Amino acid sequence: MSALTIAYALLFYAATAMLVIGVALKIRSYLRTPAPLKIPTTPAPTTQGGVALRLAREVVLFESLFKSSKWTWIFGWMFHAALLLVLLRHLRYFQEPVWTPVLWVQFFGTYAGFAMVAGLAGLWARRFLVDRVRYISTPSDHLHLALLLAIGLSGLTMRFVAHTDIVALKAFMLGLMRFDWQPLPGDPLLLLHLTLVALLMFVFPISKLLHAPGLFFSPSRNQVDNPREVRHVAAWAAALDK
Amino acid sequence: MATAAFETPKLKPYPVIPLIAEGSMAHSKPYVASSAIQQNIGFPGELAEGWEQRAIAKMGELLGKYRSLRVYMDACVHCGACSDKCHYFLGTGDPKNMPVARQDLMRAVYRRYFTFAGKHFPKLVGAVDMTKDVLDDWYAYYHQCSECRRCSVFCPYGIDTAEITMAAREIMDAVGLGQKYSNEIIGKVHRIGNNLGLPGPALEDTLLGLEEDVKEDTGVDVRYPLDVQGAEVLLVTPSADFFAEPHVESLIGYGKVFHAAGISWTLSSKASEAGNFGMFIGNYEQLRKIALRIREAALELGVKRIVVGECGHAWRVAYSFWNTLVGIGAGGTDPFAIQLQSQLDGRYKQPMHICELTYDLIQRGALKFDKEKNDDRIITFHDSCNVARASRMGDMPGGQFVIPREIIKAVANRFHDMAPETIHESTFCCGGGGGLLTDDLIELRVKGALPRMEALKNVVDQHGVNFMATICAICKAQFSKVLPYYGFDMGMVGGVHQLVSKSIRLGEPH
Repeated sequence: MSALTIAYALLFYAATAMLVIGVALKIRSYLRTPAPLKIPTTPAPTTQGGVALRLAREVVLFESLFKSSKWTWIFGWMFHAALLLVLLRHLRYFQEPVWTPVLWVQFFGTYAGFAMVAGLAGLWARRFLVDRVRYISTPSDHLHLALLLAIGLSGLTMRFVAHTDIVALKAFMLGLMRFDWQPLPGDPLLLLHLTLVALLMFVFPISKLLHAPGLFFSPSRNQVDNPREVRHVAAWAAALDK
Repeated sequence: MATAAFETPKLKPYPVIPLIAEGSMAHSKPYVASSAIQQNIGFPGELAEGWEQRAIAKMGELLGKYRSLRVYMDACVHCGACSDKCHYFLGTGDPKNMPVARQDLMRAVYRRYFTFAGKHFPKLVGAVDMTKDVLDDWYAYYHQCSECRRCSVFCPYGIDTAEITMAAREIMDAVGLGQKYSNEIIGKVHRIGNNLGLPGPALEDTLLGLEEDVKEDTGVDVRYPLDVQGAEVLLVTPSADFFAEPHVESLIGYGKVFHAAGISWTLSSKASEAGNFGMFIGNYEQLRKIALRIREAALELGVKRIVVGECGHAWRVAYSFWNTLVGIGAGGTDPFAIQLQSQLDGRYKQPMHICELTYDLIQRGALKFDKEKNDDRIITFHDSCNVARASRMGDMPGGQFVIPREIIKAVANRFHDMAPETIHESTFCCGGGGGLLTDDLIELRVKGALPRMEALKNVVDQHGVNFMATICAICKAQFSKVLPYYGFDMGMVGGVHQLVSKSIRLGEPH
């Protein structure tokens, strides 16, 4: 067992733990924090089903972003949709046998890599070209984009320019999941790609990437507009009635 | 702190997003509340040793009490979707008036004290210590937000700057840095029963005067009753309705509607005010305490229905929060709520907006109008922010857009909406909401009105509009003051029930 294999195996266990536990803790804190007042942004649905539909439109279509900024929507939606396809395509490195839908998605996932990079480039360009967006951009905003872009570019390079030993990589990944470690190929591009992915997993629960779970807990989006019909009182607020 | 001379922005034929002008509104700050004003409503008198720790502790407390604040502090990705949505940014170009930047004033402190990244890599994520300079920035810019929520419509995560502004103001109050205008008014409402400090006898006198005026005008005995035990309806309306123009015209209108429909009603000297400035300062206890007056008045007078007059934020508080705060509404199973539910008539929505009441009567054919009496007016409608984006009317989503317009169309012949991107949930705030309707902020108010003024100018030029109807006391007061800066007549603004009042057929009293 090489030191490289051991190092990357431990890295991915740590990154996975950070991602899963970190996000779970955040979600727990959101769940435990009461929403004492009804504050849905109107026109808001008057039923729970309507709320589910509203959230689905936000998640799938980025409805509010579409209303606010067409350029940001185009680049943002393109990036996220492409990322989804790319992630689905990558499932084949974690499965044996591979699910049929994952086989179907290979073609789309491969070329979605370009759309993902283009979307990220567009989003990044706004941070330089639009004076308002330049003003609000922090170093971490740029670093997030740089990180994602580097992941996309290193992945595309391995797919189209300098192939890596994909069979050995898959053995390594399956080994990780089965706690039966297999050697990791020492291809520098692959190591870079994997390191950046692990880094992304590490920063997820301590960064703005929390917008993903955050949307589901946003009271202005997830509340039903029915304050006259249903009394809505948080525990700490109910104590005032005593 | 006298307001320096400033230039009124030029009206352009189409909206232009300004280039950022850093610090251009840094000088805009409202008067600070005196120690007496602060202590009167239970806040510390002034900043004292150790306020920084107390501010952080208060922030921690609020993060534990409000899910909105906790999620909104984490979820922003700085995408910039909100950056051109705030009327104060559009009117001033000050980048700290972009909702994201306004939120970041608090987010920077949140990160420093409550997040891993901010504790260990402050520079990287823009985290800062709580210092006097930061507090001064908060005081300036959290008083350049009217809590109108336009940004929350356009944010992909629904991040609502109003929630953050309220939290910031609550933290500032908790360490002794309050705003004079709002906190003085809250003191008045507790002491006297309304925001303007009108005592019972003055109200009575005003209402008698109105009865005489209406009699003279129409020959009909329309009553404007106060403290009538056993009336069907308790009307709660902004106190501006009692004496200021054009507000009082709407109050006259409500009385005529009740008269024509034969509904007995009353005002209450104890709870004559619908406005609830507890919301503006984000303080739940104050919100609740102010709302409790209404509940007490309703129980004492034994009314069956509670109706709210033309006031934007008051309608938000009534519609969205009264049930939560004091049990005015349905569905409560605690003794607190059951008491009210047993008294109030469950066949009606509780509380009800005066526009809902009038609209229902029109639908049922209970009111008749001579529409041509409003023919001298070519009318447009300004959706008030708190009604449009934070409350509802009727039974369907968006009823708050439909109902006031349907009333206008039922009582007048000539109506034109302003541009679609400036109405309904995309409406622009008048520029004076959220506790900013004070002369020390006049520059901000004038500049913040720009987007609305541009939209108004377009319908004035294209359709000859000469009247902007609205259902908010703050909108009416703000526009009366600001319209002349843009070359419009201050009399162009008025209430929906002002139009109702003019064309309603009174006939014989019931």
